[in-house]
Amino acid sequence: MKLSCTIRKQQYQFSSVREVLGKASEEKSGDQMSQLSASSALERMAAKVVLSEMKLEDIYENPVIPYEKDEVTRIIYDDLNLTVYRDIQNWTVGELREYILSHTTGRPELSRISRGLTSEMISAVAKLMSSIDLVLASQKMRHQAYCNTVIGEPGRLAFRCQPNHPIDDPEGILASIKEGLSYGCGDAVIGINPNNDSVESVTRLLRMTHEFMQRWEIPTQNCVLAHITTQVQALRNGAPISLMFQSLAGSQRANEAFGVNKEILDEAMALMLRCGTASGPNVMYFETGQGSEVSLDSHEGVDMQTLESRTYGYCRHWKPFMVNNVSGFIGPETLYDGRQMIRADLEDLFMGKLHGLPMGIAPTYTNHMHADQNDQEIAGMLTALGGANFYMGVPGGDDVMLSYQDTSYHDDASLRELLGFRPLREFEKWLEKMGIMENGRLTERAGDLSIFD
Amino acid sequence: MKQIDLDHLVQRVVEELSKKSQEAIPFPEEKELGVKNPHNREVLEQAMRRTPARIGIGRAGTRMKTTSYLQFRIDQAAAHDAVMKQIEPAWLAELGLPELYTRAKDMQEYLMNLDSGRFLSEESVRWLEQNGDKHKDVQIIISDGLSTSACEACIPDLLPSLLQGLALKNVSVAKPLFIHRGRVWVQDHVASIVRCKVVISLIGERPGLATAESLSAYMIYQPNESTVESDRTVISNIHRGGTPPIEAGAYLADLLADILRVQASGVAYAQLRVK
Repeated sequence: MKLSCTIRKQQYQFSSVREVLGKASEEKSGDQMSQLSASSALERMAAKVVLSEMKLEDIYENPVIPYEKDEVTRIIYDDLNLTVYRDIQNWTVGELREYILSHTTGRPELSRISRGLTSEMISAVAKLMSSIDLVLASQKMRHQAYCNTVIGEPGRLAFRCQPNHPIDDPEGILASIKEGLSYGCGDAVIGINPNNDSVESVTRLLRMTHEFMQRWEIPTQNCVLAHITTQVQALRNGAPISLMFQSLAGSQRANEAFGVNKEILDEAMALMLRCGTASGPNVMYFETGQGSEVSLDSHEGVDMQTLESRTYGYCRHWKPFMVNNVSGFIGPETLYDGRQMIRADLEDLFMGKLHGLPMGIAPTYTNHMHADQNDQEIAGMLTALGGANFYMGVPGGDDVMLSYQDTSYHDDASLRELLGFRPLREFEKWLEKMGIMENGRLTERAGDLSIFD
Repeated sequence: MKQIDLDHLVQRVVEELSKKSQEAIPFPEEKELGVKNPHNREVLEQAMRRTPARIGIGRAGTRMKTTSYLQFRIDQAAAHDAVMKQIEPAWLAELGLPELYTRAKDMQEYLMNLDSGRFLSEESVRWLEQNGDKHKDVQIIISDGLSTSACEACIPDLLPSLLQGLALKNVSVAKPLFIHRGRVWVQDHVASIVRCKVVISLIGERPGLATAESLSAYMIYQPNESTVESDRTVISNIHRGGTPPIEAGAYLADLLADILRVQASGVAYAQLRVK
């Protein structure tokens, strides 16, 4: 394995695959804080050069966190298809990039190599890709999943209705649900982030959303994004759940900090398949995002983008219905500004899709970051062009419970109209029945929550 | 028309015009009902009162209307500005708590280097070793975090209510501390020095658009080297529009007493409580 290169008579020497991956990353504040990023623009390019010549086998032989030490690494390696891997193990990362972008490589070819790529390989190739590379490659891939509805069909774009309330007032939440539905938002899931994580309160919200969906015959799924152990308790007590949620990260230590591991996830999924309300086999909803390992001080010397990729390698074990990327949720210590946030969103969409995941993107920013609405909308349009399966829908883009900004009901409707996308099949029929949508466009009636009166 | 009249007239017109241009535009702060011909206006108004979320605001095509768009941008600008606001020295003096510092020398370092806000400065460590109340049931920490406004708005009501609640339950409480530019994990450092049973941090949350006054409480039972994030119990959204500070104080006192009773916090506490 070659770990050095000469650029303009200057020699650059690296000591490990992990170091090369870190230094080949585009500039991000979180990697700087962990002292993993390149110290100059040229050193960053040198790392990219070394990475482009690195063989997939070199990456396979050198996982960034050892197999024995880390559950995430174990799941990534144990789930790999070795036949596919052996076919491509002698490719360099540079060759992998060209294969992905080639005219003769389409969806089936990408789905096949996906089975033989470790998360580190996927992270590596993304480091050699520009914005258009990432969007173009993302557009080639499309992954469907089935809960109560089917997500990811071509030409369709879904949204999670996110009706949070600062004190979980059911009436206030319901008002935001109605508003979202009246904009055509809610086909991915009606998902509430609870302020109160108690089993009783979570159960109350699950029942409320379930009953509302039944009463209005809304083809979608419900979810309350409490800690997974709380949802499991609620499910055991008979609460109606169609999607089980959990935040995940790319190192075992970070997942321990989240209070989650393989055993807990296995148990939750098995229970969902036995007791949940979903029709389909995909019953899990995961959230991820670059930087969580850094803020939990459990990055293990690995850059944020590679950890994010490893999170996807972990996620795919449980065949989720949705994986939502929330890079930008944490703050300037991980992603400093809009530019870093947009880059992370594009990388994450591509990496998630190359893992075979039904990816959605939440282009978000907090108020202590150097980013604003304009940056967010750019990230939204670009990832929609790249074929994200879904986005969030927050009233007016302002989450009054979590205190950050995400895509609004308005943005959701706009993204559909901009790109000619329709809601999910069953949900579109429902919108037409309600008189909210006609021929893929909102009607005069749309945007008025009082139609549910 | 005489020349003098004309001059007079011109002068008066100019005065009128300048008066007009000096009139400030009163920009509405309340959410505007922006739905054209709502199906049921009363229901819509009622729904809008029920949540601070931006609902009922209507649309221009699929986009926001001009007023609600500008309101959103104004609120975001205000929230962005609020992060950098310094705490009022007079307010702190009135609170009368010992002031400690983390290793973060300024706001920029605090924002960009997490560790700098997770440990007390050497000087503050020495002070706490000599002057802190040791081996109490509860140590309270107040920290500006990302919102000085949250401290200023919530602490005057919350702290007395919390202290009173704990006193009623005969829980021993160390003298509360104010820590400048503290992150949540500084509570582990403090606990290792004062060796309390439970430590609670009241920290200003990152400002949102609906409020810059939101405070959170993080509690942990006997933190140590193997402590993880899910060992902490968190109550967020303490502010006028969320859980009001006085109510939160009473609730936190109950919660702390219960954490002391089951000798665990975080996910472990939630599990034990169910059983």
